[in-house]
Amino acid sequence: MIKAILIFNNHGKPRLSKFYEHYNEDTEQQIIRETFHLVSKRDENVCNFLEGGMLIGGSDYKLIYRHYATLYFVFCVDSSESELGILDLIQVFVETLDKCFENVCELDLIFHVDKVHNILAEMVMGGMVLETNMNEIITQVDAQNKMEKSEVTSVLA
Amino acid sequence: MALKIVKGSIDRMFDKNLQDLVRGIRNHKEDEAKYISTCIDEIKQELKQDNIAVKANAVCKLTYLQMLGYDVSWAAFNIVEVMSSSKFTYKRIGYLAASQCFHESTDVIMLTTNQIRKDLSSPNQYDTGVALTGLSCFVTPDLARDLANDIMTLMSHTKPYIRKKAVLIMYKVFLKYPESLRPAFPRLKEKLEDPDPGVQSAAVNVICELARRNPKNYLSLAPLFFKLMTSSTNNWVLIKIIKLFGALTPLEPRLGKKLIEPLTNLIHRIMSADRSVYIPFLVARVRTKGESMSVLKYVKAMFVFVVKYLGLLAMSKILKTHPKSVQSHKDLILQCLDDKDESIRLRALDLLYGMVSKKNLMEIVKKLMLHVDKAEGTTYRDELLTKIIDICSQSNYQYITNFEWYISILVELTRLEGTRHGHLIASQMLDVAIRVKAIRVFAVAQMATLLDNAHLLTGNVQRKGICEVLYAAAWICGEFSEHLDNPTQTLEAMLRPKVATLPGHIQAVYVQNAAKLFATVLKSQEGNTDSTAAQETSQLMIDRLPLFVQSANLEVQERASCILQLVKYIQKLQQKDVEIAEEVIALFAGELNPVAPKAQKKVPVPEGLDLDAWINEPPSESESEDEQPRAIFAKEEPKHSRPRHTEVDEKELAKRREARKQEQANNPFYIKSSPSSQKVYQEAPGVEHIPVVQIDLSVPLKVPGLPMSDQYVKLEEERRQKDRADKKKKEKKKRKEKRSGRGKRHDSGPESEEDITPAHMVDIVTEEMPEVPSRISNTISPSTLWVFDDKKSSKHKKKKQKKEKEEKEKKKKKKHHHHHHHSDGGGEESVQNGTVEEEEPLPVSRDGPDQVNDIQGNLQDGSQVVVSVIFENKCDSFLKSMEFNVLDSLNSKLQRPEGSGPHDGLTVPFQLPPGQSNVCLFVIHYLLFVVVFPQNEDSSTHEKLDFKLHFTCTSYLISTPCYSDAFAKLLESGDLKCSSVKLEGVVMPFHHLLARICFRHHFSVVERIDSCASMYSRSIQDHHVCLLVKTSGQTVSIDAKCDEPTLLGNVLDEIKQTFSQC
Repeated sequence: MIKAILIFNNHGKPRLSKFYEHYNEDTEQQIIRETFHLVSKRDENVCNFLEGGMLIGGSDYKLIYRHYATLYFVFCVDSSESELGILDLIQVFVETLDKCFENVCELDLIFHVDKVHNILAEMVMGGMVLETNMNEIITQVDAQNKMEKSEVTSVLA
Repeated sequence: MALKIVKGSIDRMFDKNLQDLVRGIRNHKEDEAKYISTCIDEIKQELKQDNIAVKANAVCKLTYLQMLGYDVSWAAFNIVEVMSSSKFTYKRIGYLAASQCFHESTDVIMLTTNQIRKDLSSPNQYDTGVALTGLSCFVTPDLARDLANDIMTLMSHTKPYIRKKAVLIMYKVFLKYPESLRPAFPRLKEKLEDPDPGVQSAAVNVICELARRNPKNYLSLAPLFFKLMTSSTNNWVLIKIIKLFGALTPLEPRLGKKLIEPLTNLIHRIMSADRSVYIPFLVARVRTKGESMSVLKYVKAMFVFVVKYLGLLAMSKILKTHPKSVQSHKDLILQCLDDKDESIRLRALDLLYGMVSKKNLMEIVKKLMLHVDKAEGTTYRDELLTKIIDICSQSNYQYITNFEWYISILVELTRLEGTRHGHLIASQMLDVAIRVKAIRVFAVAQMATLLDNAHLLTGNVQRKGICEVLYAAAWICGEFSEHLDNPTQTLEAMLRPKVATLPGHIQAVYVQNAAKLFATVLKSQEGNTDSTAAQETSQLMIDRLPLFVQSANLEVQERASCILQLVKYIQKLQQKDVEIAEEVIALFAGELNPVAPKAQKKVPVPEGLDLDAWINEPPSESESEDEQPRAIFAKEEPKHSRPRHTEVDEKELAKRREARKQEQANNPFYIKSSPSSQKVYQEAPGVEHIPVVQIDLSVPLKVPGLPMSDQYVKLEEERRQKDRADKKKKEKKKRKEKRSGRGKRHDSGPESEEDITPAHMVDIVTEEMPEVPSRISNTISPSTLWVFDDKKSSKHKKKKQKKEKEEKEKKKKKKHHHHHHHSDGGGEESVQNGTVEEEEPLPVSRDGPDQVNDIQGNLQDGSQVVVSVIFENKCDSFLKSMEFNVLDSLNSKLQRPEGSGPHDGLTVPFQLPPGQSNVCLFVIHYLLFVVVFPQNEDSSTHEKLDFKLHFTCTSYLISTPCYSDAFAKLLESGDLKCSSVKLEGVVMPFHHLLARICFRHHFSVVERIDSCASMYSRSIQDHHVCLLVKTSGQTVSIDAKCDEPTLLGNVLDEIKQTFSQC
């Protein structure tokens, strides 16, 4: 199970947070801060796995992260997930974002966090991996966006 | 005019969407909170509007604010409103907001049931999808119960998009509403074979999660998963399935065996395709126990590329089942300690715990100590410290051969800045000093140094944790003060004014042990004719103790005043020239023994004693005895160890304990249970104050350097070398028995009464290390052959080595033939002799080059090689029985009959009359080394002979005929690596040369044209090896191609060697 998916930038500003277990808002912010603290002090060329984190975690949990330019993508998962599987999933996620936003950059995530959520919802559902095939994800996201667009134009007309 | 302004602002408000909000926040960096609070006010206004578009926009903004940490639960109802919009756009916004901020205690959730049901049955698949996604995040037991049926119907929806979501969400439903599992399970099982891979993967995912919680119920699905595993190409699904098998195999051992083949295939398949993907398989595969051996070599390979971390993770899995196999990777793991990545270092540390042995403990700890010095960050350093202590103290200090070394390590650890684990170090010092009698002299000396340099430990406020060790130091110096070189000096150190800054419980121990030391000093000084020294000591006590009498800590105060009065009385007696030392010593007489934590339970209840009966009327307050804070030091004194009745049930005990703690906490006069020493001291009768002369004690200011543990490593090394050099087998045997005897003592559980007596003697200097034949370098390995001679009587065994040797040389001459031949499928046998004659019957280790081994792969089973050994009896005595054994190593295993243990030898199925020889075949998995045990029943003597089998790389090649067209195709395929070698000065004819290669290295000739030939062979792992051999004059050039570069290199090296010898 995936417990949480966090995206934040090099300064620890959250760009997306998705918790599959309920925490109150303050705890969520603490978790983000703590995770940022843990992840940001690591070198670029060390492994992508991290144990620990007091708030989210415990012995069974791991932080699996990837650092892309200005953004950290962090997945907090338990032992039922394969470490490299999740790394791969992060890659798929980023590539999907890149396709959907056409050369994604941090600004896209800042201003369209709702869209990022929608894309993520096609990959992970309730903490379980739903789809890992990028084409399938993009097809579904596009279809929904098209639907949205048709609704908006009908309102205008 | 005013209306216009209001209207304008409302318009703007409508305009502000999520992007504007984000932009606004970014523009108000200084007063972000203020800006957001005005935004929230605006949002509240928007939510009051009737227009659903405005509301949806507001909810969308709230979702963003929620991420920034603002509580938006007040808008829950509006979120539900937006969810129920008929437009997909708004519905999606609503569900997203709900998934972000709804949870089980959100009360509006119950309003959503009907809405969600409606959405689930919507004709638009995306309405359904969005509802399922949202629901997966905030499903409650009520929702699960109400919607379980609807979701179950969706599992058979026509659209795979809905099916997979419905399948996945079922897991959440099961969690919240377990009753739904039974009716839904058949359908879930059906979905494992769904035509859509997405649905299939979802079903696998759900079942894996379920099986993690309760694997037993899913054993019946194993065949289905087995089929999926062999058919599926989706890596994600495969990983999940393998993880599932990992959970199932412990329950069904047969499964593990069955899995080996498909898993191996899988790995080969994936390895050739994509190396990075195959690692998770390995990690997962390792979890399926029982075949870790062969996996290890892959795991090792993992270090080379990509992810060290996962390799270590896998190793720790293997360590649990096959500790031995990981041990040989010690160097690799130690290297990982140097990694700059903390995750990797911590993992490596974990592994080290399982890898230590008597032999390498010092080395490992030395390495760890280096890291302790280098480590930055207290967390990691503390982790190292605890690991060092864990490693050393595991299973009753099983691996420590030199306790002096351990004490020095502990003392070195006290120099750590800012560690939290002073207490741990202290308890180790105490434990070792009490339980290892022989170490006390050394320990006391070290502790005295520590006390002398106490300022180093207490100087810094940050080092508070470490001053705990002074507690141990003071106690050890006091208790074993008879071993002190210079008790006066230590006494002086313990009574320094600076001590008053230590924590109360440590001061208390200081005071108490100062008294013990005082007694010792007195004793030593009383023998002298000059009584002034003794009086000086008393005066010192009287001068310094008042400091402690004033202590704020009650314990310290009480002890100090008691002892002060005692000393004053003693002084008075001294002035009358009374010999008093004996009596003072008597105060602290008595040996202190370690007691197992549960030992008290073993004290039998005396007959006629009813512990349940009240002695007095039940008092209103509990008066049960206070518990020993540290059970190890419970004094062995019958009246003290009043046995607590064990029959009192746990609850009652807990209640009483609780009540007592309460009472103690509330009682200001109760001395908090402090780690007092268990000596009973009598209060000295009050004596009137006697005027005394103050004497200046001139203690030499000697600050000996703190000990270095390193020197022990060196010493140990030398000692071992010496041992090894003059070790003879008789001694060895004797010691072996001794050791096994000791081992038994280790085994006794902590509760056994034997444990009460010190379990560890430190007669280190004579103890020898077990000879583990671990000098494995690639393919050469040492082996041992035991030979038994019936003429030799058992009493010779015990004689001195020299004599024994002479006798043997006289009595027998043996030759041991090591002869190996390979048998392949056709039954054809080619034999090659590698004979080594042994004139000296003592264990001799033979080196590889002495022998020419020929071992070849078993055609029926790629993982086996067949070794044949010729036993030739060249002496004139009759060998009645022989035993052949292999110490299973990492890569090799002797094929033993079923039912025999991993260390049982194979009995050689024939007897050897003098001068005869016979052949025996042994099947060995990835063979590395062999031990042979011929043994004679008539006499108890047996002998051992060491030898080495050289398993060259080409031993693993199987000569396979290959047609020239297939050969050509192979060469053209382009996935073979190329390499070549030139041999100079080869004088033999070309056909001899070819024959030699065929013979020695198991190649077969594919084609030969004049002075040029192509040859082929394959390894037991199906790597192709092709050779092109050309000769001109005395120069032979060999071009080789192989799909495995290492194999290629090794094969060429061997060929080169073959010809360099002739």
